[in-house]
Amino acid sequence: MSEYLTSSDFMILMIKIIVIFGGVMGALVYLTWIERKVMARVQMRPGPTRVGPFGLLQPIADGLKFLFKEDVVPANANRFLYIAAPVVSLIPALLSFSVIPFGPWLQVTDLSVGLLFIFAITSLGVYGIVLGGWASNSKYPLMGAMRSSAQMISYELSLTLSVVGVLMIANTLSLNQLVMSQQRTWLGFIPRWNIFLQPVAFLIYVVSAVAETNRLPFDLAESEQELVAGWHTEYSSLKFAMFMLAEYANMVTVSALATIMFFGGWSGPLVGPHWLKAALPTFWFVSKIFLFIFFYVLLRSTIPRFRYDQLMNFGWKVLLPLSLANILATSFVVAIS
Amino acid sequence: MIQILFFFFAALAAGAAINVLVQKHVLYSALSLILMLTATSVLFILLGADFLAVIQIIVYAGAIMVLFVFVIMLLNLPVDEDGADRLRWLKFIGIPLGLFFLFLVTATLWNVQAGTGTQSRFVGSPQAIGQSLFTDYLLPFEVTSLLILIALVGAVVFAKKDL
Amino acid sequence: MIPASWFLILSAVLFLIGVLGFFLKRNIIALLLSVEIMLNAVNLTFVVFSNQHRQISGQIFVFFVLVVAAAEAAVGLALVIAMFRNRESLNVDRSNLLKW
Repeated sequence: MSEYLTSSDFMILMIKIIVIFGGVMGALVYLTWIERKVMARVQMRPGPTRVGPFGLLQPIADGLKFLFKEDVVPANANRFLYIAAPVVSLIPALLSFSVIPFGPWLQVTDLSVGLLFIFAITSLGVYGIVLGGWASNSKYPLMGAMRSSAQMISYELSLTLSVVGVLMIANTLSLNQLVMSQQRTWLGFIPRWNIFLQPVAFLIYVVSAVAETNRLPFDLAESEQELVAGWHTEYSSLKFAMFMLAEYANMVTVSALATIMFFGGWSGPLVGPHWLKAALPTFWFVSKIFLFIFFYVLLRSTIPRFRYDQLMNFGWKVLLPLSLANILATSFVVAIS
Repeated sequence: MIQILFFFFAALAAGAAINVLVQKHVLYSALSLILMLTATSVLFILLGADFLAVIQIIVYAGAIMVLFVFVIMLLNLPVDEDGADRLRWLKFIGIPLGLFFLFLVTATLWNVQAGTGTQSRFVGSPQAIGQSLFTDYLLPFEVTSLLILIALVGAVVFAKKDL
Repeated sequence: MIPASWFLILSAVLFLIGVLGFFLKRNIIALLLSVEIMLNAVNLTFVVFSNQHRQISGQIFVFFVLVVAAAEAAVGLALVIAMFRNRESLNVDRSNLLKW
C-alpha cells in the first residue's frame, strides 16, 4: 500500500480506463440494436431499418429520445429513493468491468479476489431494483421488486456455488490467472477450457446467470403481461435508460465471467504480425462474449416465461442440490489426482 | 495519503451508524447500515484483510441486508411510532452514560496501544484463511453449520401462519 | 501507517452507537439493526488484532460472527413477521403480555 503510482503508470491506467469504459458503453448501446435485430429475425420481422443503414443509427436516435423526454416523478413517490435507485443499479453494474481482463494487458486492475469482487458488486445491484420498486409507491413496481429480490437471492446461491468447482481446479480467485490456467491444449487441438472439465457447473452457471440478470425466461420481475413493466413501470426518460443500461451491463458481465471461467477468456490462436498478435486476444474475448449474448437473445425469443412457483422450485430443488453434488464430485476427483 | 482514506471511511462508517439511529423510517436505517458495512469493508482492506472485505459485502450487504429490506417492504411499515413511549426519559441518562463509556474505552485504548502501527503488508489471503478454517477450526466450522440449520428450521417455524 | 488505536477507537465508537441504538430505539427492526452495528464493531476489532499479531485466527472469528449474524437475522426477522401479524405493531413496548 505504501508504493505510489508514477505518472507514466497513472497515464497507462487512465488510458486503460478510458478505452474499457468507452468500449463497454458503446457496446452496451449497440446491444439494444443487436437484440432488436436478432429477435426480429427470429420472429420473421425486419426489425429497425429506418434510421441509417440496417437501422444502425437507431440506438443513437433512442438515446436522444430518452434525453428529451419529460422526466416524470410520480406525485406520491419517495422522491429521494426514486431518483437514487437507477444510480444504485447502474454503478455496481459498471464497476465490475474494472476487474475483467479484456486481454493480457487490457485490464484496469487484477485483484487477487477479483471473482469474489464481481459477485460482491453484482449482489449490490439488487438494491437498485428493490428501491426503485418500493419508491415508486405503486402496486406493480412493488410486486416486481418483491419477486425480483426473492429470485435474485435464490439464484445467487447456485450461481456462486457453481463457480466453486472451477475454482478448485484453477486454484485461484484472480480473473487473469483463471484465464492463464486454461492456456494450453490437450492432444494438441482441444483447448484446455474448463467447460470440458466442468460441464455441469457450466449449465448451472448459465441458467442462474440468466435468472440473475432478470432476463427471459426468468424475467418475473418485469413480466409485461402481469405487471405492466415490473419494477420500472413508473420510470421514464433518462432514469429508465439507466435501468436498461444496467441490465445490459449485467448481461455483459455474466457473459464475460462465463467466458473467463469456462471458455478460456482471451486465449485463442495467435497468428500474423506483431500488432495483430497484440489485438487478437481482445478480439477472441469480445467474440466469445458476443456468442453468449447471441444465445441470450435467442433464449429470450424462443422460451416462454416460467411461473413463479416453478422458478422457485427449480432454483431451490434442482439447481442448488445439483451444484452441491458437483462440488462434492469435483472435490473427490481433485483430492484423488 | 492512507490516513486520509482511513479518516474518510471511518467518518463515513460512524456517520452512517449514527444515521441508522436518527432516521425515523426503518428502511432508511437499513440503507444507512448498508453504507456503514461497505465503509467498514474498506477499512478491512486497509488492514490487509481483502478476502474478508469482499465476503463482508457478499454476506452482509448482499444477503442479510437484502433480507431486512425485503421484510421491511413486505410489512409495508408506517413511520416509526415512537409516540407513547414510557421510557423516553431514559435518553437523558443513556446518552451521558454512553459517552462516559466511550471516554473510558478510548482512554484505555489510547494508553495501551499508542504508537503501534498497523502492518499493512499483512494479507489474509483466501488460501491462508481456508487452511486455518479447515484444520485448526474444523470443529467450530462444523458446529456453525448446525447453527445455521437450527436457525433455518426456527425461522420457518416462527414465520408459519398458524403454529 | 495508521496506528492500531485509531481503528480500535473507531470500533469503540461504533459499538457505543450500537448500544445506544439498542436502548433508545423502540422499533424491533431498528433493534436488530443496532445489533448488527455492534457485531460489525467487534468484527473490526478482530481484524485489527489479527493484523497486529500477524495471526489469521482473528479473521476466522469474523467468519463465525458472520454466520451468527446471518442466523440471528433469519430468526429475528421471522420473529418480526410473527409479531407484526399478531399485534400490527413493531414497537417492543407494545408486546407486554408477559410483563407484570
